[in-house]
Amino acid sequence: MISDIDAARAEALAQISAATTTTELDAVAAALNGKRAPLAVLKTGLGALATPDDKKLAGQALNAAQQAVATELTGRRHELVASERARRVEAERLDLTEFVRPARRGHLHPVTQAWERLEDVFVGLGFTVAEGPEVESDWYNFEALNMSPDHPARNEFDTLFVDHRGAPPGTTVLRTHTSPVQIRAMLTAAPPLYLVAPGRVFRRDTPDATHMPVFHQIEGLVVDRGITLGHLAGTIQAFTEAFFGPGFESRLRPSYFPFTEPSAEFDIRTPSGDWLELGGCGMVHPDVLRAGGVDPAEWSGFAFGFGIDRMASERHAVGDLRDMYVGDIEFAEQF
Amino acid sequence: MKVSLSWLADYVELPDDADLVVAALADLGLPVEERWATGPVPGVVTARVVRTERHPDAAKVQRVWVDAGDGLERHVWCGASNFAAGDVVPLATLGTEMPDGRVISARGILGIDSDGMLCSARELGLGSDHSGILVLPADSPLGVTYGDAVGLATDTVVDIDITRNRPDAYGVVGVARDLAAHFGVPLRLPDATVVVNGPARSVPVTIVDGDRCGRFTTVVLSGIAVGPGAGWMATRLQAVGQRPINNVVDVSNYVMLELNQPNHTYDLDLLRGAALRVRVARAGESLVTLDEVTRELTADDLLICDGDDVAVGLAGVMGAENSAISATTDTVALEVAWFEPGGIGATVSRIGLRSDASTRFERGVDPYGPDRAAARFVELLAETCPDLVVHAGAVDERAASLPSPQRQTTLRVAEVERIVGVPLAAAEITALLDPIGFTTTPASVDGEAPGDGDGGGGGEAPGVLRVELPSWRPDCNTEIDVIEEVARHYGYARVPRLVPLSPLHGHLTAAQQRRRALRRTLVGLGLSEVLPNAFLAAADVERAGLGIDTSAEPPEVLRITNPIVHGEDVLRPSLRPGLLGAIALNANRRRPGVALFEIGHVYRPGPGELPDEREWVAIALAGREAPAAVEVWRAVAEAMGIGARIDQGRPPAGLHATRAATLLAGRDTLGVVGEVAPEVLAAYDIDERVAVVELDLSGVLKAEPKAARWRPTSKHPSSDLDVAFVLADDVPAEKLEKAIRQGAGALLNGVELFDAYRGESLGEGRRSLAYRLRLQALDRTLSDADVAAVLQAVTAAAAKLGAERRG
Repeated sequence: MISDIDAARAEALAQISAATTTTELDAVAAALNGKRAPLAVLKTGLGALATPDDKKLAGQALNAAQQAVATELTGRRHELVASERARRVEAERLDLTEFVRPARRGHLHPVTQAWERLEDVFVGLGFTVAEGPEVESDWYNFEALNMSPDHPARNEFDTLFVDHRGAPPGTTVLRTHTSPVQIRAMLTAAPPLYLVAPGRVFRRDTPDATHMPVFHQIEGLVVDRGITLGHLAGTIQAFTEAFFGPGFESRLRPSYFPFTEPSAEFDIRTPSGDWLELGGCGMVHPDVLRAGGVDPAEWSGFAFGFGIDRMASERHAVGDLRDMYVGDIEFAEQF
Repeated sequence: MKVSLSWLADYVELPDDADLVVAALADLGLPVEERWATGPVPGVVTARVVRTERHPDAAKVQRVWVDAGDGLERHVWCGASNFAAGDVVPLATLGTEMPDGRVISARGILGIDSDGMLCSARELGLGSDHSGILVLPADSPLGVTYGDAVGLATDTVVDIDITRNRPDAYGVVGVARDLAAHFGVPLRLPDATVVVNGPARSVPVTIVDGDRCGRFTTVVLSGIAVGPGAGWMATRLQAVGQRPINNVVDVSNYVMLELNQPNHTYDLDLLRGAALRVRVARAGESLVTLDEVTRELTADDLLICDGDDVAVGLAGVMGAENSAISATTDTVALEVAWFEPGGIGATVSRIGLRSDASTRFERGVDPYGPDRAAARFVELLAETCPDLVVHAGAVDERAASLPSPQRQTTLRVAEVERIVGVPLAAAEITALLDPIGFTTTPASVDGEAPGDGDGGGGGEAPGVLRVELPSWRPDCNTEIDVIEEVARHYGYARVPRLVPLSPLHGHLTAAQQRRRALRRTLVGLGLSEVLPNAFLAAADVERAGLGIDTSAEPPEVLRITNPIVHGEDVLRPSLRPGLLGAIALNANRRRPGVALFEIGHVYRPGPGELPDEREWVAIALAGREAPAAVEVWRAVAEAMGIGARIDQGRPPAGLHATRAATLLAGRDTLGVVGEVAPEVLAAYDIDERVAVVELDLSGVLKAEPKAARWRPTSKHPSSDLDVAFVLADDVPAEKLEKAIRQGAGALLNGVELFDAYRGESLGEGRRSLAYRLRLQALDRTLSDADVAAVLQAVTAAAAKLGAERRG
């Protein structure tokens, strides 16, 4: 009996190690665990043994054999699963630098990116963001800004006029600057006002590498009690550092605009030491405050303005402004 | 305005370092746009021509041997032949950088090197003469800089950008006055008295139109010998870009540039009636100006006429040929006048003729400057006309438009601090204003001046100053004008910088945040932003088939009155033409399949004070079909918390008749979705299909959708149910989906169309739509019976639409 058990055990173990796939092993396992498996058949013969000692010895041998088979099955299964996984992983090898049609991501226009960055800087300084129409009345665009109809400075704006039947001829314009938003803001809300007004503006300019008839400006307006030229200079400097980064300096130089007095140009100096003319600014002219319904004896304020397109083109070293507006996808995808 | 530092130095002591002067000018609001050195070009020396020789193979140039004083014979090639052996000429030695940037090299002709270059006057920056080599005085020493030979010293010229509020800076003296104040040194003004040394002789003046001419002075000068002007003057004039003509014209120009006082000389022998009349032109009158152009005039143009009332000049702009001085002129009438600036400006912009004189009159010259200008004219002309006679009987005619000599305003001392942010005492303000001609005196205590705070008691600093405004600063009239002058001369850079503390919380409005969210959503969908031109030609609008008649009456589009380009005069009524143009451009450059969007304004005529202007978003997907547009619309709608019905009932203009829809929010049109019509694509030469979404943002950005509410998620697995229905083509899938949702009830967690099939087996005008329903309960795993019940309910609901369950 013992020799039969040993033979059956050896045979079972041989079958297990002969299985080369988990599927084969499953078949082997089913056979070995079935009722007709040699060890199972031997077990049914235990009762026929003569002595209790024989029974005990043979029973022990059988249990040990079945244990060994079960252990071997588990071990072999682990081996086969591991090797099959390893083969599969090997078979799945990919070159990750080899990919077809990469997913296309969308791009914001560089002017929009600059626009949003500028808004964020001023929001951080406690400003709100105001908007106004692009087709504007002469009164908001010029007259309220201290430029009466015969003011010579008007000629410098190269204004585009619009045929609009709701107003007298020659009094509807494409806004030449975002400054009319100042007036609208003052007429809408009482001071204190801390706002910027970004937007599209228009000039009767032939497009070239550095000029576009349609471009974008951001205007700033602060009206509060006790606002001085010192606050203007401080705000320009705070903006310069926040927008351009540390190491950038700003300066104000006297200049002239009909809607501010004292007026200034403001320049920034790059860390490499070059001065760059950025925009115009000044203390809001008393007549402009009055046009906005603000008493200049009680309130004072400053305003500033500069080009957004310029910020974008400087940042990305765009060599020809016209390229920004034709809609070439190869341009858009650079930013 | 170009001015040389040596000229400025006549009136003000300047630092030797030109950089300091340039920086001071910037601080004063007189920024230098450009600066350059004038004077002799370093490396160009005097040399004597030893001999010349023609080369048989070089027809246009000759060989020249010169001696530059060192005994060596240098050989140069030269294209000119206006000199002979023995002449002294300027030789640019090897390595010299010429004013035009060219560097002299030994590059030769026919293999023979040139040891330098002989120079023309123009090549040396000395005027325009390029007819030949500049021949220097024969006794010039050799081998020295040619500047010594012609009395030319090194100088710096600056070109100043002059703002509209500084007409005085069009004169060298005006710039010098600012610099003198800045550096704290005295201003040395030229003398202002005309010294009369001849018998009375007058040219009487009649100012007919006194609103246009405020002052007109004449003085008669005789004993003039017209000839070359003084050399030093010619050099100065040339340095600032004025061509020297003759002594009389040079002096006239010099006085204009120096004192900002344009002036004119008439040959008195040619001036009929020996009198002048100042009047506006009559309709139909014309005048041949000195530039030999016939000018047709209107009643807005001011004329200077002779005694016979025949025009001899366009006032303040340009004289006429008929009384101009000539080589034989002996006696002249010198005119120095003041014209009303607005009138000159109107004439200049109407006839498009701008002169140095008109630029000055248009901005405003000093109405009390003519005396000094006439005196200076006489003084300078006497240098080249030793027999000059200044006749008694000078005329000074004045009229109503002449500004008052006593213009003044009050300045509250405290107001300076309130605006500038620097506490300045009255004495400090006075010290800043006095050097630039603003005379201050304490205002009387009982004066009407406001804000007279602390100026009461004797000996105390006044709270209000009375300021006499200088006649050469017509731009200055009110208190704020004077405050600007105080700030300018105090120095903007010295004002302490403060950041105002905003009492507001900085923020974007909800609409501005939603606009940004929309942009981010579109970028996330792989779309790129473009900003096409807002100006269209009428043909662009027609081409896009927008259903807008550009020639309709009343107009359906908004037009630009004075467009930049003829034809580009329509303000876009839609963003679509811009995007279609961009797609066509990309396709042309072999970039098919672009996905673009724009957020921008569109404009239409409207009844209000301003036209109808709205913000829209337009999305265009090249190479995609209508469902791709619907997918984008769905994503945008979900991200923005908006909704609309897709109404295919009436296809929007310009879109594909069977593949486009209007987006309706209630009864309002929110926008359109679909494909562009084939005929529109053909008109744009676009070969790809183009899917579009366009939304009116005026409502979308203002909408305030509720925040999404939490829905508990089930811990139990879901069951998927695939079901297909056959239904007629004219029943929208949207309706079937709605029916499925209603039928499935509470167990439905999601439904998705995963297949649409049309085939003969289904019959004409019918299609099969297959949906996958995800069913789920919060409290249990669904049983087969649950699923079967849903299937039954869904089938029943669909049947009401005439849909049959398939299979």
